[in-house]
Amino acid sequence: MKNNEPNCMVEIRDLHKHFGPLEVLKGIDIEVANGEVLVIIGPSGSGKSTLLRCINYLEEPTSGEIYVDNTLVNDRSLKHKAFQEHLNRTRCKMGMVFQQFNLFPHMTVLENVIESPIHVMKQDRPTAISKAEDLLEMVGLAAKRDNYPATLSGGQQQRVAIARALAMEPSVMLFDEVTSALDPELVGEVLRVMETLAREGMTMLVVTHEMGFAEKMADRVVFMADGFVVEDAPPHEMFTNPQHERTKQFLAEVLK
Amino acid sequence: MLDWQIIMHYFPFLLKGAWLTLQISVISVLLGLIFGLIAALCKLSHNKLLRGAASFYIWLIRSTPLLVQLFIIYFGLPQLGIDLSPMVAGILGLSLNAGAYNAETIRGGIISVHSGQMEASRSLGMSFGLAMRRIILPQALRIIIPPLGNNFIILIKDTSLVSTITVIELTMTAQRLIGSTYKPFEMYLMAAVLYAIMTSAAALLLQTFEKRFALERR
Repeated sequence: MKNNEPNCMVEIRDLHKHFGPLEVLKGIDIEVANGEVLVIIGPSGSGKSTLLRCINYLEEPTSGEIYVDNTLVNDRSLKHKAFQEHLNRTRCKMGMVFQQFNLFPHMTVLENVIESPIHVMKQDRPTAISKAEDLLEMVGLAAKRDNYPATLSGGQQQRVAIARALAMEPSVMLFDEVTSALDPELVGEVLRVMETLAREGMTMLVVTHEMGFAEKMADRVVFMADGFVVEDAPPHEMFTNPQHERTKQFLAEVLK
Repeated sequence: MLDWQIIMHYFPFLLKGAWLTLQISVISVLLGLIFGLIAALCKLSHNKLLRGAASFYIWLIRSTPLLVQLFIIYFGLPQLGIDLSPMVAGILGLSLNAGAYNAETIRGGIISVHSGQMEASRSLGMSFGLAMRRIILPQALRIIIPPLGNNFIILIKDTSLVSTITVIELTMTAQRLIGSTYKPFEMYLMAAVLYAIMTSAAALLLQTFEKRFALERR
């Protein structure tokens, strides 16, 4: 059932995901309030990325409900075509940033950012460009607007990817291990952009191994293992006084 | 050795045949491209029926000789009441044939574009079709162009087969001239040179295209 809390931005109810015989998510319940930063941590294979991908319907949930901004994402009562249109609309409310950046290599930085505003949101070109320039300014890449992605560093590409997602004016941002593919010295510049966003009040779901970011920026930290949410706590509690044995083990490993 | 006088005298006739060959080639290349793209997208579709139909089409064409396909279209179909002119039958046969080979080439190019590109597009609210058109196909094109060019060149040469269904293109023109001149070496040699000019021009054109596409993303 849908929670009637008006401040709720993302709500996940009893989410299950199977890949064939393998059950990756075994009943996930998570709520994220408007403006909240939720950091999801856990060992690899725990289902963190699958969870984010289900929210955006890049993976089809096997069962359960996902609400984003009071809209049921996996509304299978809709017929095929209506569902696809519903999905396209709903996805516009979510910005997703990927581990591998996934910038469009055949387009310049600016073209990457304005592509969807123009072709999906039907913004006129000058409006889209001026907004894109503001966003590129925000991520510190205004000077690179006419470059092709291949000429940028990983950190720069990831910042463009963030700007591209923001250009759709999403209500929530999903970050899927966005610093994992970066050289260590490039991680900071991406995290700083995310911190700016968090301070501006963006609702964020962040899957990451950057415990420093979690500690500093998260309102809540969720620890996942083996397809379950094991622990859900404010960062201070999570990192200083974890309740579950599994959490303690994991944190002992990563904070070593 | 060579009878140059004959060559000079009959060259304009062969040129006329070559002009028709060129027309057949261009139309068949374009139609073959459209058939190929449709079949490739069908084969990549989630719809079982479309996938099955595309697979059947590709299998049917690739497992039978082009010459037999042309004969079926031109000599066989009239029995079912479908009477096509030699030109239409020829172009249809050639482009259906090219389409099957292009389909596999195009499909290969599309699936070689990293899946993250489609995911990123969809996550930005793009429909499957829009993502295909704006994001996937332009990237696939760069991979597809060289093997597709190969298919085009094969198609230009295969147009000689439509001479068997009475289209008076380059090969047929040469054959007819041999009938009156008894100079097969000269006539076929001229035909060969004209084919070589057309295929080389096509190869050159494709090369330029390929280079421009590669440069665009620097």
